[in-house]
Amino acid sequence: MFEYAPAPESRSVVDIKPTYGLFIDGRFVDPSDGGSLKSINPASEEVLAEVAEGGPADVDHAVRAARTAYEQVWGPMPGRDRAKYLFRIARIIQERSRELAVLESLDNGKPIKEARDVDLPLVAAHFFYYAGWADKLAYAGFGRPPTSQHSGPDPQPLGVAAQVIPWNFPLLMLAWKIAPALAAGNTVVLKPAETTPLTALLFAEICQQADLPAGVVNIVTGAGETGRALVEHPGVDKVAFTGSTEVGRAIARAVAGTRKKLTLELGGKAANIVFDDAPVDQAVEGIVNGIFFNQGHVCCAGSRLLVQESVADQVLESLKRRMARLRVGDPLDKNTDIGAINSAAQLARIRELSDAGSAEGAQRWSPPCELPERGFWFAPTIFTGVTQAHRIAREEIFGPVLSVLTFRTPAEAVEKANNTPYGLSAGIWTDKGSRILWTADRLRAGVVWANTFNKFDPTSPFGGYKESGYGREGGRHGLEAYLNV
Amino acid sequence: MTATATSARSDLSELGRSEIALRTFLHGLPGVDQVGAEQRAAQLGTRSIKTTAKAQAIDLAIRMVDLTTLEGADTPGKVRALAAKALRPDPADPSCPHVGAVCVYPAMVPYVAEVLRGSGVHLASVATAFPSGQAPLEIKLADTRAAVEAGADEIDMVINRGAFLTGRYGEVYDEIVATKEACRGTDAGRQGRPRAHLKVILETGELATYDNVRRASWLAMLAGADFIKTSTGKVPVAATLPVTLVMLEAVRDFRAATGRQVGVKPAGGIKTTKDAIKYLVMVNETVGVDWLDPDWFRFGASSLLNDLLMQRTKLTTGVYPGPDYFTLD
Repeated sequence: MFEYAPAPESRSVVDIKPTYGLFIDGRFVDPSDGGSLKSINPASEEVLAEVAEGGPADVDHAVRAARTAYEQVWGPMPGRDRAKYLFRIARIIQERSRELAVLESLDNGKPIKEARDVDLPLVAAHFFYYAGWADKLAYAGFGRPPTSQHSGPDPQPLGVAAQVIPWNFPLLMLAWKIAPALAAGNTVVLKPAETTPLTALLFAEICQQADLPAGVVNIVTGAGETGRALVEHPGVDKVAFTGSTEVGRAIARAVAGTRKKLTLELGGKAANIVFDDAPVDQAVEGIVNGIFFNQGHVCCAGSRLLVQESVADQVLESLKRRMARLRVGDPLDKNTDIGAINSAAQLARIRELSDAGSAEGAQRWSPPCELPERGFWFAPTIFTGVTQAHRIAREEIFGPVLSVLTFRTPAEAVEKANNTPYGLSAGIWTDKGSRILWTADRLRAGVVWANTFNKFDPTSPFGGYKESGYGREGGRHGLEAYLNV
Repeated sequence: MTATATSARSDLSELGRSEIALRTFLHGLPGVDQVGAEQRAAQLGTRSIKTTAKAQAIDLAIRMVDLTTLEGADTPGKVRALAAKALRPDPADPSCPHVGAVCVYPAMVPYVAEVLRGSGVHLASVATAFPSGQAPLEIKLADTRAAVEAGADEIDMVINRGAFLTGRYGEVYDEIVATKEACRGTDAGRQGRPRAHLKVILETGELATYDNVRRASWLAMLAGADFIKTSTGKVPVAATLPVTLVMLEAVRDFRAATGRQVGVKPAGGIKTTKDAIKYLVMVNETVGVDWLDPDWFRFGASSLLNDLLMQRTKLTTGVYPGPDYFTLD
C-alpha cells in the first residue's frame, strides 16, 4: 500500500482574534443593539471566534457611513483613483493568500487544496479584473455605444449597495459582490453568512491596510434578521443576494415597489449530460468535480447526472472506482479532497433528502470511507435508478450527493435537463462539436460548460434562468448590476 | 464473470487478424479530452507526500529505475561501472535497495550480464534499430535476437511510428508480434529459455495527440506487449505526466477487458525525486497498488537515481550531502 502521511497546512499562519466587532466607517466597533454569535470550525466543532450580531441600529449606522462615503469620497473620485485602491487590495490578497486560505478552510470546512488553488486565486483575479474597469466604465457598452464619438451621459453608480452572501465560498462571493460595486463607484454594506464571517472580517483588515477611505466597505456580521434589516433599509439603492431560492423570494418581495435595484443568484439543480461519445475518463473527472467540489456546496453543482443508456454501466463503474479514491477528512490536510459539511443544519438537510432518496426507491452507494467522529461529515454518495419524480432529482441538496438518471436520445436529455424550476448551469460531455452547440442552444441554463465543469473566470458572466435568479455577475455584464444605465 | 472475461479475451485476440477490425476497434476507443487529461495530471501533481510516505516512495522509485545509458560513446568499462552502481546504488548505505534493471544497447549487453548475473537486477536492451526503428524488419528482429542471446531478459523495442501515423496499424501490430517471437532468441537457444520481457516504446512525443497515445497503447497490448513505454529519450518531448496518465488508463482498461496486466514505463526527462513521486501518486490513484511494483512500473532514467539517493540520505540523516558523495557512473 502507498499511504500518504498526514500533510497538514499550518494553522499558525493566521491569527484569529477571540472576538470581532462590526466593521463600520473604517473601524471595528461593538454592536450597539445586537448580540453575538459564535463561528465554529465545522471539522471539529471548536469555537473559532465570537462575532457581533448586528442589530437594526448597527445596520443603520453602516448604511449611513456608506452613504456619506459615497457622496463625499468614493462617488466623486475619478475612476483611475478607485482603480488604484482595487489593485492594491488585489495585491494584498495575493500576498496574504495563504493566511486567507487557511482561515477559509477553518471556518468553512473546505479542503485547503481548494481554498488555496481555487478560491484565493479567483478572489484576487476578480479584484484585478474589476480594477481594470474602474476608469473605463464609459466604454463598457452601457449608456452610449463603445464606438460613439459623441460624449453622451456616462453610466453612473447607484449609490449604496446592500450585499448578502452565502457560506459556501465566503471570500469568493465577497469578491464577486464588492469588486464590481466599488469599481463602478458604489459603496457597500456587506453581510457575510452567519457560519462563515471570518474571512470577511480579515478582508476588512485588508481594506484598512490598503488605506481604503472609511465607509466605502462596511461589514456587518449577523444572521437572517441582520440581513433582513439590511435589505429592507430605506437608505439602500441596490440589493445583491446570493443564497437560497426561498430567501431570494422573500427579498424580492421586500424590495418590490421600492427604487432598489435587485440581483439574485439562487439555487440550482444542474444537469451534467454525458453522451455516448464522451471522453469517458475526463467525463468522470468532470462528474466528480461537478458534484464533490466544495462538498457539493455549490449552487451550480452538477447534481443530476444524465448519462446516455448505452454507456451508463461503463460510466458508473468508472465513477465508482474514482469515488473510492476520494480522500475525506481533515480540511487542513493538503491531500484532502472532501472536507466537512459547513453546519449541523446543512448536514441534517443532506441526511433528510438522502433518506428520502432511499425511501422513494433509488439505490444509494458510497465508497467505503471512515468519517471523523467530531464535526459534520457526509460521505460522497450517488443514487442510481433515480427518476424525475424523486425528490432527490428535483430539490437542491447542496451536499456531496449525486442523482443519476439515464436517457436514450439527445432530445430526451434536453427535456429532462430543462425539467426543473432551476436554471443556473449545465454540463455537456461529447466529442462532437456540433452536438455541444445543438444541446447548449436548447438548455435553459445561465452557464453551460462543455467537456468541463465548475470553471470560473472573472471575465465570464455568471447567473441563472428561472428560479435560479436574475442578473449577471462577472465580466462586463457584471457591471450593469451596479450602474444606472 | 469468468465466462465474460474469457470470451472478451478471445474476441480481442481476433482483432489483429484484420486491418479493418483493428482500425475499427482502435478508432472506437473513447476519445481523450486534452484539457481534461492535462488538468487531472496537474491535480495529481499537487499531492503532498511527506515523511514516512516520502521514504516509502523513494525506496520504491529506486527499485523501479531502469538505469540507462544509450550513448554512442558507451564502452564496456562504462557500462560495467553502471551495472555495479545498479547493484549497490549507495555504497555508504547497505539498506538502500538495488534498481530494477540496467538498460543498454545490444552491443553492451554481454559486459553488463557478467556483472548482474544472479543479482535479481534485470538486464534490458533496446533493440529494433533503436531509436528510429527505420530499418528493415529482418534487421530489427536480428537485433532483438542478438540482444536476447547476449543475456538481455528485457527488450525495449520501438514501434514503427511512420506506419502508425499513416494508419497502417496492421503493420505495426505484426512487427510487435514478430519482435515478441524474437524475444525467445535464436532457434538454437530457444529450448527451455524463458522469453525475454517485451517493452514497447510508443515514442509519444512523435504521436502528438492523446488519442494516438491511447490507440498505440492498445495496439501494443493487443500485439502482446508486456510493458508499454513512453519514449526513447532521443526526441525533444519525452515522458510527461498526462501521457503517462493516458497509458495507465489504457493498461487499467485492458486488464478489465482481457484479464492480462501490462506494465508502464515513462522514460526520459524524469530527473528529480519530486517528479518521480508525482508519477507514483498517479499510479496509485489511477491503477492502484497492483502496479506499484517494479514488475509493473519502471522509470527509464539516469540522473534521477542520484537525486533519489540524495533525498533518501536527507531523510535518514537529516542533512543534504554534497553531490560528490554520490557516484557519477
